[in-house]
Amino acid sequence: MIRRITRLLTAHIDSQLLILLLSLMSVGLVTIFSGSNQSVPRISSQVANIFVALGVMYIFANVPPHYLRRIALPLYVLGVLLLVCVALFGDIVNGARRWLYVGVTRIQPSELMKIAVPLMLAWYFDRYEATLKLKNYLVAAVLLVLPIGLIVRQPDLGTALLISAAGAYVLFLAGLSWRIMLGLGLAAAACMPFVWGMMHDYQRQRILTLIDPTQDPLGAGYHTIQSTIAVGSGGLAGKGWLQGTQTHLDFIPERTTDFIFAVFSEEFGLLGNVLLLGLFLLVIGRGMVITANAPTLFTRLLGGAITLTFFTYAFVNMGMVSGILPVVGVPLPLVSYGGTSLVTICLGLGILMSIATHKKLVQS
Amino acid sequence: MSELTINPGVELRNSRLEIHHFRVRLAVASAFVLCMFALLFARFFYLQVIQHDYYTTLAEANRISIVPIPPSRGIIVDRNGVLLANNYAAYTLEITPRKVEDVEALIDELATVVEITARDRRRFRKLIDESKSFESLPIRTRLSDEEIARFAAHRYRFPGVEMNARLFRQYPQAELFSHVVGHIGRINPHEIEQLESKGVDANYRGTDYIGKVGLEQSYETQLHGTTGVEEVEVDAAGRAVRTLSRSAPVSGNNLVLNLDAKLQEVVYRAFGEFRGALVAIDPTTGGVVAFVSKPGFDPNFFVDGIDPQNWKELNESIDRPMVNRALAGTYPPGSTFKPYMALAALTYGKRRAEQAISDPGGYNFGGHFFRDDKVGGHGMVNMYKSIVVSCDTYYYMLANDLGIDNISTFMKQFGFGSRTGIDITGESAGILPSQEWKTKRFKQKWYAGETISVGIGQGYNSYTPLQLAQAIAAIANDGVMFRPHIVDYVEDVATRARTVVEPQPLRTIPLNPEHLKVVKDALVGVNKEGTGARAFAGTPYVSAGKTGTAQVIAIKQGEKYVESRVAERHRDHALFIAYAPADKPKLALAVLVENAGFGARAAAPIARQVFDYWLLGKQPTPVKPDNSEAGRD
Repeated sequence: MIRRITRLLTAHIDSQLLILLLSLMSVGLVTIFSGSNQSVPRISSQVANIFVALGVMYIFANVPPHYLRRIALPLYVLGVLLLVCVALFGDIVNGARRWLYVGVTRIQPSELMKIAVPLMLAWYFDRYEATLKLKNYLVAAVLLVLPIGLIVRQPDLGTALLISAAGAYVLFLAGLSWRIMLGLGLAAAACMPFVWGMMHDYQRQRILTLIDPTQDPLGAGYHTIQSTIAVGSGGLAGKGWLQGTQTHLDFIPERTTDFIFAVFSEEFGLLGNVLLLGLFLLVIGRGMVITANAPTLFTRLLGGAITLTFFTYAFVNMGMVSGILPVVGVPLPLVSYGGTSLVTICLGLGILMSIATHKKLVQS
Repeated sequence: MSELTINPGVELRNSRLEIHHFRVRLAVASAFVLCMFALLFARFFYLQVIQHDYYTTLAEANRISIVPIPPSRGIIVDRNGVLLANNYAAYTLEITPRKVEDVEALIDELATVVEITARDRRRFRKLIDESKSFESLPIRTRLSDEEIARFAAHRYRFPGVEMNARLFRQYPQAELFSHVVGHIGRINPHEIEQLESKGVDANYRGTDYIGKVGLEQSYETQLHGTTGVEEVEVDAAGRAVRTLSRSAPVSGNNLVLNLDAKLQEVVYRAFGEFRGALVAIDPTTGGVVAFVSKPGFDPNFFVDGIDPQNWKELNESIDRPMVNRALAGTYPPGSTFKPYMALAALTYGKRRAEQAISDPGGYNFGGHFFRDDKVGGHGMVNMYKSIVVSCDTYYYMLANDLGIDNISTFMKQFGFGSRTGIDITGESAGILPSQEWKTKRFKQKWYAGETISVGIGQGYNSYTPLQLAQAIAAIANDGVMFRPHIVDYVEDVATRARTVVEPQPLRTIPLNPEHLKVVKDALVGVNKEGTGARAFAGTPYVSAGKTGTAQVIAIKQGEKYVESRVAERHRDHALFIAYAPADKPKLALAVLVENAGFGARAAAPIARQVFDYWLLGKQPTPVKPDNSEAGRD
């Protein structure tokens, strides 16, 4: 009896994915403890975030994918409307208009679009699956560019790039022809000078800083220089947990959030990094397997987009901390402190679980 | 909407081919993921294995801050242990201009908390101009306890302003020793270059001050000490977290001088309102017991950097207090040159002691009449009398008989015209005229007529009071000469080990003791029955001396020098050289009193007071100028 109830409750949980994500969260807690100078309130607050995120994941794992398909369009339309509202009435924080005040609280609609855009595109391709033509790709491109344009205007280049990536993954997986992709690539390269001209000073600065961080060691280059030093000085085996000098003497900024990887890397070294890369790779691998076996185009595209977006987060964050990508505000998925990103990631992973477990029900 | 399950076309369209296509795309994406992770791994490997040492060095450089601990500077005391330069700890208020946007506004704000005078502001502005912007510069020094408390309470209002405990140099004797002890001041860029070229700049990390003049400068390496180092772990904000290692600084050595602070004061007071210089030397050691150049200045002004107004006042004063008259001022020796001329005459066999000449009141040479001081002349004059009454005619003739090159060769042995090598810098060499010197200097040949004035210490002759003192000390000590030195010994603070500065005589002048006796007897005669007799009347000790007068402006042919007609600054300088006691000299000195007229009148009484104090312990009375014509040299 108890076993049946247990089986019913856990029917839609992918145990492999769960173990992996719990492992990553544990790594996160261990590192946050060090990065926050052993702050217990930080840990308990993150544990609370984890419970909320797991709850969200559990809910979405139990939602059959076709319900998601139903909310794709409304969610997208709502998201775009909110972005328009942000552009018109948004609050300016740190020079960027990203927040919208709704009654009691402020929300950041661009976060919503991280899920809504791939969902919308997956829905769109699935709907016109039978008659996919070039025209459909053009429409999809418009659906992608509209919210991205609004987000770039805020400005929030990091989020815009991540959403572009998610949309591009969907287009790619939907079968956009190689020739067109090559053409788009060339066109993008040709547009670079114009994009440069439209960028804000601080955005240009970040890119210039990436090329040569030593130009401004105390200003824009400081984050990159210090995190690179932390990673490099970690060496093969690391300085040991709670022993990182860059971490504990405050040289690393944002130690528990965006730059948590610098803390991890300093204290656990290359061996720790390999373990972390391995965990991420296993999550992505599991996502790929689920996607490959997904029953419908919608779930395949959605699963693929979620998996590849997860990869993008991890790659961009570690690339930024180790000094090969510009500094963009992307947390390390499942590891960084913070409720929003944790919930967003777990929501995605919940959808993946849903795709994995509902497939069997459909086929049977 | 239940296309997922109901639409019959789904199964059909999801043909194997389409799934195959999708899986190819997914495989491409997976390959991309693997490539990117491989890239990350390569980056980690590069940073953490290949470049590990480099980044470890950077992390250590971040973490470890080397903090220099400046040593405390050696103190300077006189022969009795009286402090001439010492250190005391006090709080300063310092501003780092780089961290402050509007320095003037900040100072205005600070002035509401601690007192900041106009002088402080001027001084600070000068410091900013002279220093690098990352240094912290003192706006106020020597904060009172109340000011310390008040600033501490308002500290949050003043980012970029710090309160620091620092050691300060203080010169308790102020003006009295300004020209000997000198002073320190903030290190300037030129001095940094010098320290770098000597390779000792590392030892000056954390040191803001360096000796600028006087003993503070010449004994800089002894006084400074060795800077210690503390390795401190710091956080990103530069706050020290803990000390990793520490090597203690080694304090600078102390200087113990030959100078006597009380004697110095006696001299200073004896000068009264007059300007001038006095150097008193222990002839048996060369130790300088008194070294006065008057007026002086308060060296304490210079320690924190003098403000432009005070600097201007000192620099432009007509009394020229910044000039070290004893060391760098050169004056014709006047009649104080005569004893050496007499000794030269005996040595070269040009005169015998008892050989007398007739003095008609002057000497005619080449159509020019060289006047004697006394109208009508001194009558028959032998060597003894020539010194005692200071007969010019005797020496006009003698100079002509000796010739300039003999004079110059002989005088050179006493150190005339050469730097003595005393242990402070800035010394003038003076001029000992010779044919060779004139050719070099003016590209002209020497005229025999020029030798005549040289014989009475005028003409091109020009020496420092220090040289005059050294020469008379050589006579007093029977030709055994020492390099004059102000410092007796250098003392290691920790071990109390002493290093004596000048233990050996410099040289011995080959003089015939009989010749020397003639001159020394005559010098005693000067103070007994000659030009110095009035000043030295009634001394319980026997002293020897020689008066002199140095012309400031030339008197025209046939014109008489009348003091009251000459502007004060153009009046003659009074000179006196002396030693005592005559049989076993303990002190030899040269005194110069600017624009005071005859040596017997202004300079000899000062010498008398010095001997009275030194030999008898008598306190001085200020000089009262003696207006009588008696005792002219």
